[in-house]
Formats: sequence, C-alpha cells, structure tokens
Amino acid sequence: MADRRILTGQHFMNGDHACAEGALAAGCRFFAGYPITPSTEVAERLSLRMPEVEGVYIQMEDELASMAAILGASSAGLRSMTATSGPGFSLMMENIGLGVMMEIPCVVVNIQRGSPSTGLPTAPGQSDVMQARWGSHGDYEIVAYAPESPQEIFDLTVHCFNVADRYRTPALLMSDEVVGHMVERVIIPTLDEIPIWERKRPSKSPNGPFKPFEALDPDLVPPMAYAGEGHHIHISGLTHDERGYPDLTPENHHRLVTRLVNKINKNADDLIKTEEQYLDDARIVVISFGATARSARRAVVEARQEGIPAGFLRLISLWPFPESLIREIARDADAFVVAEMNLGQMAHEVQRHVSQPVEGVFHAGGAMMRPGPILETIREVSTSDNGRTR
Amino acid sequence: MTTAVLVKEHPLDRLIRDDRMPHIWCPGCGIGIVMRCFAKAILESGIPEANHIVVSGIGCTGRVAGYMDLDSYHTTHGRPIPFATGLKLANPDLMVTVFSGDGDLSAIGGNHLIHAARRNVDLKIVCVNNFNYGMTGGQFGPTTPCGARSTTSPYGNAEQPFNLPYLLAAAGASFVSRWTTIHIRQIQEDILFTFNKPGFTFIEVLAPCPIGFGKSNNIPDGVTEMKLYRERCVVDPNVAMADLEIDLREERPIYVGRMVDRDLTPYRPVRLEGAS
Repeated sequence: MADRRILTGQHFMNGDHACAEGALAAGCRFFAGYPITPSTEVAERLSLRMPEVEGVYIQMEDELASMAAILGASSAGLRSMTATSGPGFSLMMENIGLGVMMEIPCVVVNIQRGSPSTGLPTAPGQSDVMQARWGSHGDYEIVAYAPESPQEIFDLTVHCFNVADRYRTPALLMSDEVVGHMVERVIIPTLDEIPIWERKRPSKSPNGPFKPFEALDPDLVPPMAYAGEGHHIHISGLTHDERGYPDLTPENHHRLVTRLVNKINKNADDLIKTEEQYLDDARIVVISFGATARSARRAVVEARQEGIPAGFLRLISLWPFPESLIREIARDADAFVVAEMNLGQMAHEVQRHVSQPVEGVFHAGGAMMRPGPILETIREVSTSDNGRTR
Repeated sequence: MTTAVLVKEHPLDRLIRDDRMPHIWCPGCGIGIVMRCFAKAILESGIPEANHIVVSGIGCTGRVAGYMDLDSYHTTHGRPIPFATGLKLANPDLMVTVFSGDGDLSAIGGNHLIHAARRNVDLKIVCVNNFNYGMTGGQFGPTTPCGARSTTSPYGNAEQPFNLPYLLAAAGASFVSRWTTIHIRQIQEDILFTFNKPGFTFIEVLAPCPIGFGKSNNIPDGVTEMKLYRERCVVDPNVAMADLEIDLREERPIYVGRMVDRDLTPYRPVRLEGAS
C-alpha cells in the first residue's frame, strides 16, 4: 500500500483539497470542524483521508466546539486544525483568544466569503482580514497567511503548522472562495521534502519542577509539556504566572501580555513572507494578497507595458504586517495602490506606514476582481499630481 | 486527657496544590466536599496520577482544575467538554474528567453537553449544581427553581429549570447519577465507578451556595441546606425521570441515586483496517 500520509506527485485539485493534503503532509492528525461553505471540501477531504493515517476527524456541534477541540487535541500533543468561513470564524474568536493565552499551537483555516453576517455563502470575499488581526478580545498578536493558488494553500498550510509549533500560537490561513474552489496543478513533494519545525519541549524530567510558562530563551517561547506526561501542569485562560497559577496583579498581567505580544513582534522577520516584483524602479507600488493578487500582478505587468513604472508587492503574510519593508519601499515611491476584496481594510494598514497617497481598488466581494479596475487606477494615479511620473 | 497529634501530611496532599490555598470558595460552599470525593476516588482508582486530567470551565466549580495537583486545564466559559473531547481523542490513554458547574455545563455549554452525551465520548463529567451563578454574585441560571429569587430575579425567577438527569438520559449518556453533598460516600463511589465505565458519564451533585443562592431563598447557611438534603432526599434509582425536578423551597422529595447505567458503544474515531 502506498504511503497515504502524503500523496507525492502531480495533482489537479482545488484549494480546499490542497489545504487538507498540506495538513496531512505536515503531520496534522486531528481535525475538528463544522460544515460551512466554501470551506466544506476541507472537511470532506479530511473525513476521507484522516482514517487512512490513523488520524481523527470529528464533526463538532458548532465552531465554538471545533476550536476548543483542536486546542484540547494539541494539548495532548497532536498537530490540530479546523477550517471554516466568516460566520464560523466569528464563533472561533473566543477560543482563538484562549489559544493565544494558553499558547497552544493550532491552525485555523478561513476560506473567506462575502460578509458581514450570512452574506454571500458561495462567493468570495477578503473582508475578514482585520477580524483575523483583532477579532478576539484583548491585546495580542497573531500570524496569518494568504495564499493565491491551490499550490500555495498546500505550502502555506504546512508553513502554518510550523509557525504555530515554533511560536506556540494559533496560526491562521486566510484564503478565499476563489482560491479554495480553484482547480489547478498542485505538486506534492516527498515526505522528506516537507519542512518540519518541532515544538520546543521540556528538557526537564517529569519529576523535576517544571514551569509551563517560563520563557527563558530569547524567542520568548516557553517549552510545551503535554497532558499526561507527569509534569503536573496547570494551564489557565486566567492571567497566570510562570507556574501557570492565576496571578491577577496589574504587574503580572502587563508582564504576561507584553511577552505574548513580543513573542510574535520580536520574531516578525521569521514570520513575514512577501513576494516582490518590479520594485527596483517602481514609482507606483501595487499591493495585494490572496486571489486578488493574481489580478493585481496582471495589472502591473500591463501598466509596465504601457510605460508606467509600477511595481508589485504581494502580502503572503498578512500578520505580522511587513511594515518595515513597506516603509523601505516607500522611500522611492510616489504612490501606493491597494487592491482587495473588501472596502479598504489592508489599505488602511498600508496608509499607517507611508506618507504617500494610498489609492484603493476596493470591492465588497462576490466575484474575483478583474485586472481592469486595478490597471485603470494605476493609470489614474500615474497621471495625477500625486503620481509624479509625468 | 487528650493530646494533640500533629501530622505532617494529609492523605490527599499529593493531589492538592497546597500552594494555591486558601481557596476562593465561601463559607458553607459545597464544592470542596465534591473535590475531596474526586481526590479520594483518584487515589483509589489505581490509574497513574499522570493519566488523570482535569478540565474545567469558568465559575466557582471551574476553579477545581487549579487546585488539583494533576495536569489540569482551566478553559473558557462553557467549553471544557469540547476541549476535553480533543484531549481524550488525541490521547485515549488519558482519564479525562470534566469538573464544572451547572451554569458552565448546562447554560453556556449546554449544546456541547448534549452533543458529547449523544456521541458518547469517553469523558467523566462531575457537575456541581448550586442552583445559581455563584462567581458573579448569585444570578439565576438554567437550574434555578421557578420563582426563586436571585440578584437578577428580584421578583422571582420566571423560567422553568433544567432537570439535568432527565436531559442527560435523553441525550444518550451511558451513566447518570445525582447526589447531594451529604452523600459523600456515594459521590466517591460513583466517580470511581465511572472511571471504569466506558462512555459519557454524568454525575450531578447538589451543593449549597449560601452566599449566592441561599441568602435570597431562606436557606441562610450551608448547614441548613445540608439538613434540608438529609430530610428530603430519597434514594430511588427507579423514580420517573420527570419527578427529578427540584424545588428546594417546597416540601417535596429530592430524588437521588443512579438513574442510568447502560452499556452503549463509546465514541471512537473512524478507523480503517490495515491503515498505515
């Protein structure tokens, strides 16, 4: 029997299925979810595939339960994942916060659809990107990646598991209906070629004193002990000290929340991923992500054919946001164009870091954005007073 | 003449985080009694302590996870059962007990409670029912008797309460019992019994909450409520489920006992023969 852990070879598959295969290749052995369009194919694929690798597929009663279940499974040592779309993502916010506070690695896939509320169940959107950043209550940092193709869903799903484990954090895969349902070539490598970043584990024996939240390394990540190993760990969503015990003093609260935030911020260089094209001579920088990036790239190529010095920056990581890179690019730019399937969420984030005008190409969602409106905006910017190219 | 005998150790010390004492529970509270029964059952279980996991939600009973010197998880409000479901399925060797309150398990966590019972996930539930939300200062909840006063039902509770054993029996639990905090031997025996009972098991323990519930309902202290239990409790495992409704303020029996003990197939994730 062929190795069912990884389907090495060339495939013609949709993004949702590629996500499921990426999870299995990364060693994910626990999936809890609740069916929701357009992410359901992730669950369907894993209900078929998990039993082949002795993994667990469980369909929970809702997304609150799905999120709680993957935190529990991860606490027992398994790589764990759930997949959803906007309405379910809202329900997961509660326990994404618990995952941040308890520092439990896990992967949450959001195949975004038109929102708010029930919105457009079968049509795309990119309007959950700020919820991904800020959706659970309190101060925290998160990691989130936005793939533009089924191949990249596969690759970034693997990456999400690695990042989640290395930094003991929930990692979000923020895809969209276009990429989730798009069928393209996906090349699945051999198991040896899949990069695996291990969780940091206690070096002490279970007999010695172990503090589950003592972060002595410069990366601020404490080693993770699993349930049943004999360390007598107490893990709480309450503000806790290094032993895990509740300590509700303002000093301890500030210390804990600051470490959780710095754990991501100070390792941002390791987490940020971007794709840069034609930026060397770019006066107009086009920024996009996910499915929309495919049209944005095309618009940039066409603009350059017209002699407009446009460049392209694709955000592969949405969070952490590549703010230093954007400030650096801004030194030689006259204007920015941000194309996204929402009404200006990431454009606002770009504007926070640059003094140049940021022109948006926005649509609330429902269909793939075409290159035309993006190209038109590039042209307008290039001829305006702000775009000093003429 | 009597002589004081000082002991250096209490038999349950090894299971209690004494560096977390004093606990937060009020005078007259019944949660500690149930926790002690749980600790004694663990000692008697013969299951290695490292394999015993406690998962709690939020509320007074939710603090049990923090006081037991075991691997313990103090999760979000209402979510200990799905969290525990993930733990148990990821490592079936663990003995996972969910120790939480009536509000946490049957109000905000009510959907998870019935679905975990329906699936018959191999989890041991200990539900301390004190008839109100104690941690927030005594508001009515899904177990508060109709007409009872609380800080958010100053004119009397307008809602009908859950009959938890009936609910859990209907939802599909393998084992359901109810006791009160005067039944310490039975609580301990049932916790021990459920460690060896595959599937979803549910033990409800009625417990005094004089500060949160009693003070507004003419039950001024814990002892009064314990006396009330002694006077009115009737052990009758064969009682009609509908008669398990409780109203502490009425002169009627409070039925306790093992209501359900049946052999149902526990939930197992789908497995293929010959899978790699």
